[in-house]
Amino acid sequence: MTDRVINWFKYASPQTFYPLAGKLIPWFWALAALFGIAGLVIGFLIAPTDAQQGEGYRIIFLHVPASWMSMFLYLVMAFWAGIGLAFNIRLSGMMASALAPTGALFAFLSLWTGALWGKPMWGTWWVWDARLTSELILLFLYIGFIALQAAIDDPRRADKAGAILALVGVVNIPIIYFSVKWWNTLHQGASVSLTKAPSMAAMMLWGMLLCALGCWMYSIAVGLMRVRAIMLERERHTDWVRELLAGKE
Amino acid sequence: MLILLRAVIGRDLRLAMRRQADIVAAAFFFIIVVSLFPLGVGPEPDQLRRMAPGVLWVAALLATMLSLPRLFADDHRDGTLEQLALAPQPLALIVLGKVIAHWLVAGLPLVVLAPVLGIQFDLSQDALAVLTVSLLIGTPALSGIGAIGAALTLGVRGGGVLLSLLVLPLYIPVLIFGAGAVDATVSGLGPQAHLSLLGALALGGVFFAPWPTAAALRVALE
Repeated sequence: MTDRVINWFKYASPQTFYPLAGKLIPWFWALAALFGIAGLVIGFLIAPTDAQQGEGYRIIFLHVPASWMSMFLYLVMAFWAGIGLAFNIRLSGMMASALAPTGALFAFLSLWTGALWGKPMWGTWWVWDARLTSELILLFLYIGFIALQAAIDDPRRADKAGAILALVGVVNIPIIYFSVKWWNTLHQGASVSLTKAPSMAAMMLWGMLLCALGCWMYSIAVGLMRVRAIMLERERHTDWVRELLAGKE
Repeated sequence: MLILLRAVIGRDLRLAMRRQADIVAAAFFFIIVVSLFPLGVGPEPDQLRRMAPGVLWVAALLATMLSLPRLFADDHRDGTLEQLALAPQPLALIVLGKVIAHWLVAGLPLVVLAPVLGIQFDLSQDALAVLTVSLLIGTPALSGIGAIGAALTLGVRGGGVLLSLLVLPLYIPVLIFGAGAVDATVSGLGPQAHLSLLGALALGGVFFAPWPTAAALRVALE
């Protein structure tokens, strides 16, 4: 029992986590490639053509995973930020700031692919639909988080300020989502409906899930790579980084 | 507790009254922004009437933003904030006092000005009344939520722009329900539901915002 506890906290220090992350990264890259390729093969070659939307629907294999990841990553980011704030662990703050750009990227991708999908299907790049609007606001929240961290020079303060902002954002996300939803239903009728057909071909679902797993593994791999870079940057005055760099040269 | 609250509010109001130019500038900013819209989109009364709730509310948001950086900046500069943080009384309570004072100085003038500006947009009597009530209920939430952003950006490079980047997305629900209440009145639905939700946001915002604000202030003071 005690061994386990010690083991968990062992990897909470950058010095021990750095090599662990280095070992894990290739695995997650491999998994990302595996799931991604499998998902895309199913998506493009095996999944049937949609009866109503034709071939254009295949953008779903990137669009839906990107939307999921953008929402999920915000929660993960806020989780690490909260842990960092509560237990004062440096690594948690680094994790949070390492995940933010990936989350923002996925939010942007989801909007971008949504626009590309919307043009042929609804005849418009953008509608003020509840989901689109709240995804846009989510992107704003990511940008705010990144901008706040970038503006503060002291990394400890940046971590803490970012953590407070992320937690406030998490509390606000449901409120924002519902307010946008009600605003949307009050303002415009269902000129464009986003609700999909309830039944989805099994192959489409599999393709989507595999792509989502691929995006997930990609996020972990990139997050770990970024957190390694942040660790080196912030801990450059410590002995272990100096030894590491000296060993490399 | 109430004595402390009253002392903080009284102090902040007294400080604000010694610099009335700031209050007047924010009020005129509100008036100018609202007056720019008819110039931009044309003077057709129908269109203006439809736009009025949104325009007035967005202008109120921006005017509140303008006065937010000063919420803590002056106290931070002369060291008062550190003394407040060291005080045995909870910092969140002091923050609550400052939020209330900020609302009295920055929010209340907007509430008073709004009906006059609404007339410029040819709003009906009912709509004007609802607009005023919605601002009266909603602006405390703006002060409360804004305080979090003001504390987070305290003493940070490019604080003003950053502040709007942080706070404006969080203002969206208030904007939706505030402008929605007036919209609902104009279209005959009745503003009750919107105003209730706005009230909930305001109560929640003013009640909960002081804690993250106090935490952010402590981070800024480290």
